[in-house]
Amino acid sequence: MAEAMKMRAKMEGDAADVKVLIQHPMDTGLMKDKKTDKIIPAFFINQVAATLNGKTVLEAQWGVGIATNPFIGFRVKGAKPGDKVAVNAVDNQGNKYSGEVVVA
Amino acid sequence: MKRILTFTMAGLVLLGCAHMGTQSTGPEADRKALVEHFKQTLPGNIKFEDYKYGALAMNPDAKSQYDEIMDFPPYSIDLDKGQKAWETPFKNGKKFSSCFPNGGKNVAGNYPYFDNASNSVVTFENAINACLKANGEEELKYAENEMGLLTAYARSLSDGMKVNVKVEGAAALAAYEKGKAYYATRNGQLNFSCKSCHVQSAGKFIRSDQLSMTIGHASHWPEFRGGTDIVTLQGRFKQCEKNVRAKPKDANSEEYNNMEYYLTYMSNGLPMQTPVFRK
Repeated sequence: MAEAMKMRAKMEGDAADVKVLIQHPMDTGLMKDKKTDKIIPAFFINQVAATLNGKTVLEAQWGVGIATNPFIGFRVKGAKPGDKVAVNAVDNQGNKYSGEVVVA
Repeated sequence: MKRILTFTMAGLVLLGCAHMGTQSTGPEADRKALVEHFKQTLPGNIKFEDYKYGALAMNPDAKSQYDEIMDFPPYSIDLDKGQKAWETPFKNGKKFSSCFPNGGKNVAGNYPYFDNASNSVVTFENAINACLKANGEEELKYAENEMGLLTAYARSLSDGMKVNVKVEGAAALAAYEKGKAYYATRNGQLNFSCKSCHVQSAGKFIRSDQLSMTIGHASHWPEFRGGTDIVTLQGRFKQCEKNVRAKPKDANSEEYNNMEYYLTYMSNGLPMQTPVFRK
């Protein structure tokens, strides 16, 4: 599901400013479907990792407290223009999401 | 000699009429008068191009936040859906781009225009639906999300084009005048017209927000309010009328189309930018 993730990275001073949008419903498992009156099962991203040229620079464990279509922004020190930043995410049903961008 | 004098006099009278026709009344004069009005009344020295930012042009702090958001807008993914809808071929193999000159690039600024054959205003959304109908597809619901996403992408192909609405002929002028009258008609329990807020009180605060000015209202639709909720121009008309406790008209009604015609004319000369973020 490559199109579910959008990324952008550009240099700001000595660090790369990375912004990531992931398309995901992030259902908490506590809400009811108004029409069927059944609980919508929990469905959320719980692991996020970012790499700079293959080396891990960020790891996060997420829960249900994160909104639909999550946005993450972070800065990577020591990155250079032309470096590759990749983000991989996994949700609680095992779906994998990934995106890659070249630092501008 | 006398004859020459009479001719000259007649010529002068004619010139006078022509002068009145092009200068002191008519759409272009309305627009210029409005530009002048805002120059006098709005706070700060707003450059004409900056009118496209609406109320943001008056608030550097909000503008800097807007710039930051537009750098990587939260609607990027939604816009891809619009692009997909635009590029997906119809059952007969044709695409939307076949309905518009230049593949749909740099055309949206010419809408809405007055169609003499049907004696009505044709908006860009009408043109999209006409395209669907001509190719045997089902028309989209006017001012709903699906149409919003499609036009968000389709209009973005005209980014940077200057709004170039023309009012030519008596019937077109009548539609323009109707739109202008609707814009100035008081409506709803609060008894406001569009003009009360966006001309007379533009730049003033309504709670914590400044009222935007008429010029620049129509050059950036549809917009994503709050980052992800798509709103079309006529959808916004409805919201505005609800705000003044009036019963909104239907989208694509004659009133709204005429008003869109007037309102877009008022943004003539401003560069198009679609879609944009608004809070």
